Amino acid sequence: MTTTSSVQELPNGPVAAAVLAGGMGAAALGLMTVLAELSAWMRTALTWSAPVGPLSGKTGMAVIVFLVTWAIAHALLLRKDVNFSRVAAVALTLLAFGLLGTFPPFFLLFAPE
Amino acid sequence: MLITLREGWTVLHGMLFGAAFLLAFAGGLAGLYSLRAEWVTAEGIKERLTRLKVGLWGMALIAWATVISGSYIVYPWYRTPDAGSAKSMLLANTATAAWHNFGMEWKEHVGWLAPIAATVVAFAVTYYGPALARKKSERRTLMIFLVASFATAAIAGVFGAFINKIAPIR
Repeated sequence: MTTTSSVQELPNGPVAAAVLAGGMGAAALGLMTVLAELSAWMRTALTWSAPVGPLSGKTGMAVIVFLVTWAIAHALLLRKDVNFSRVAAVALTLLAFGLLGTFPPFFLLFAPE
Repeated sequence: MLITLREGWTVLHGMLFGAAFLLAFAGGLAGLYSLRAEWVTAEGIKERLTRLKVGLWGMALIAWATVISGSYIVYPWYRTPDAGSAKSMLLANTATAAWHNFGMEWKEHVGWLAPIAATVVAFAVTYYGPALARKKSERRTLMIFLVASFATAAIAGVFGAFINKIAPIR
């Protein structure tokens, strides 16, 4: 999947890293939203700021996952060319999960009776 | 014409930051869509890129400012447990409860996808520069991210406007 970068063109690794990180951040937000609905313990654990409530931890985790994934992936793919279509497909799937996970009719399915 | 501090922050969050982001989207999408080697000369690409980079980074920064001001300044006022808070007022009436249970619950979460997606696009355009005009697959992916950024911000903005109309934060 990875090859040594050409000297003529910019390698696509860094952009693939950013795109993947964006998808991971979105998916993390979707996952945290669902988990907070499933578990009162999780809701408490995600309450990083009392006035903001669990939203602070859900979005905080999403931003942390986004930035950490980006940093790691960027370091790994800095001078590499990757199969961008495959990375994009994964990233867009993760983004779609993030959109689904933050949609109330979906995440409320996981609320206890 | 006096407004309270809370109303002022709500206006800043929704009408200034939020609206600026949504307006900038049109220019960003048009710029990215038309950035093609077959449509524009090398000089033209160079000229457009400066505007595109400034616009996209501006969008990303505004989106972060919008969600941070919304979540950490306006939202705590919205959700205070007293009976007079906007959230309490919406939930007290079955006719308006869905504005919170659906509208606010969706808005407060989905809005955060906007700055993440916008930042990805701004970075990619900056990194590639003029080379992006020859990268069809990358451009298509970035446009999807940009549209997702707009759509999530628009959802948050529309529900925010309606909720603030029905249960204003004062």
